[in-house]
Amino acid sequence: MDVLLAIGTRKGLWLARSSDRRSWRVSGPQFPVTEVKAFAIDTRGSSPRLLAAVLNEHFGLTVVSSDDLGETWNEPEQAPIAFPEDTGAALEAVWQLTPGPGDQPDVVYAGTEPSALFRSSDGGKSFELVRGLWDHPHRPNWFPGGGGQAVHTVLPHPEDENSMIVAMSTGGVYRTADGGATWNPANRGVRADFMPDEYPEYGQCVHKVAMHPSNPDELFLQNHGGVYRSRDAGGSWESIEGGLPENFGFSMVVHPHRPGVIYNFPLTSPMNRFPPKGQCGVYRSEDGGGSWTQLRNGLPEEGFWSAVMRDAMCADDADPAGIYFGSRSGEVYASADEGEHWQQVAAHLPDVFCVRAAVI
Amino acid sequence: MVSLRLPSMLHPLARGHSRIEVTAATLGIALDAVREQYPALERRLRNEQGELRRYVNFYVDGEECRRLGGVDTPLSDHSEVMVIPSVAGG
Repeated sequence: MDVLLAIGTRKGLWLARSSDRRSWRVSGPQFPVTEVKAFAIDTRGSSPRLLAAVLNEHFGLTVVSSDDLGETWNEPEQAPIAFPEDTGAALEAVWQLTPGPGDQPDVVYAGTEPSALFRSSDGGKSFELVRGLWDHPHRPNWFPGGGGQAVHTVLPHPEDENSMIVAMSTGGVYRTADGGATWNPANRGVRADFMPDEYPEYGQCVHKVAMHPSNPDELFLQNHGGVYRSRDAGGSWESIEGGLPENFGFSMVVHPHRPGVIYNFPLTSPMNRFPPKGQCGVYRSEDGGGSWTQLRNGLPEEGFWSAVMRDAMCADDADPAGIYFGSRSGEVYASADEGEHWQQVAAHLPDVFCVRAAVI
Repeated sequence: MVSLRLPSMLHPLARGHSRIEVTAATLGIALDAVREQYPALERRLRNEQGELRRYVNFYVDGEECRRLGGVDTPLSDHSEVMVIPSVAGG
C-alpha cells in the first residue's frame, strides 16, 4: 500500500510518499513561490488525479492537474476558473477543490474568494459559476474574515446530486436541495459573538464543516468560537465543545470509515491563536463530540507556538486510518494508527495551508 | 508591429518566445491580441475583467503604462512593451 500526502504551503507544493506511513520520501518544492491553498486527490477514476490551485502573487491563479502523481502537470489553455464578465468580479483565490460523489466521476467543485461556488463537469479542466449562490440576496452582507471572504468548505451529498452544503467566512453555512438553484442559510444555534445579534440567520464566521459520507445528515463544525454538531443536515446545531480545552480553532476532520469519530486542533481565543500552553495536541472524539481525548504521543510537548489552519488537517482512506496535519511553522506530522502515535514527516517548510492524503 | 518583450518565466506560455509581435493601437488591444494566440499567457497579465495585474508592470517605450493611459495607452507601429514583474512577495 502506497500513500500520497500532498502539502500545500504559502510558497509551493511538496509531495510525500510512503508504503508504511512511518517512513516518508518528501519531494519539492513544486510551483515555488506560489500559494497552494487547495488540493485534491481524486481517486474516483482508474488512476488518481491530482488537482492543485496555484496562486502566483504576480500572475494570478490557475488550476493544474496531474495524472502521473505529480511528475508532470497540465494546465488548460483557457482559464479553468473565471468569473463571468457580467459579475464584475475577479478570482482572488481558490480555497477548496472537492471531487463530487462517486457516481459523478467528472464532477469537481471549487470554493473561491470572493465567496462563490464553481462546478466542473470535465474533471476539473473547466468550471462554471453556480449562479444560484452568487445571486443570493444575502451576498452583499457577507464580508471578509481575517483571511478573506471565501467559500472554504464544499460538501456534496454522497447520494442526492441536488443536495449540497457550503460554508464561508463570513456568511456561515448554506445548503441547497435543488442542485444549486436556490440556497438557504443553515446556521441555527451557531454563535456569532462579533455581531449585535449573537445568533443571526447568517453572517457567522464558520471555519470548517465536515461530513461523513455514510451519514450525511450528521455534520461537525468548527466555528470562530464554538464547536458544533448537527444531526439534521444543518437544520440546527448543538455545542460539542465540552471536553475541549478551547472552543476556537480552524480544522475539523471526520474519520474515513467510522462515522462519529472526529478530529480537531484547538487553539486559544481569537486574540491568542496558539495551542493551549504551547502544547501540540490533536483532540479526537469517538462519540460524535460527546467526549474528547487529547492525542499527543510523539508531538512537541512544549514550545509549539504555531497553529493548524482549516485545511491543514486531513485523513487518508486507509484502514486503519492515517491522520495528518501541518502547521504554520512548516512542520507536518502523520499518524498511521488513527492518532495514537505521531511522527514528523517534514519540518522547516513554509506555512502549511492544506494537506491531503490518499492510498494510491 | 508592436513588440512585447516577456520575462523569462513567461516564455513557456508563449511557446518559448521571448518576444511577441502584434498589431494594436493601444496596450489593451495588444493584450487582446495576445489572448487570441496565447490565452494562458494573457491571463497572467490581466484578470478576467481585463484589469492589469497589480504586480505586473508594462513599460511602453520606457514608461510604465500606469503613468500613461493604462490599458488605453496608445501604441505606435514601432512601440515596444516590456513586461516586467514588479518587486513583491517574501
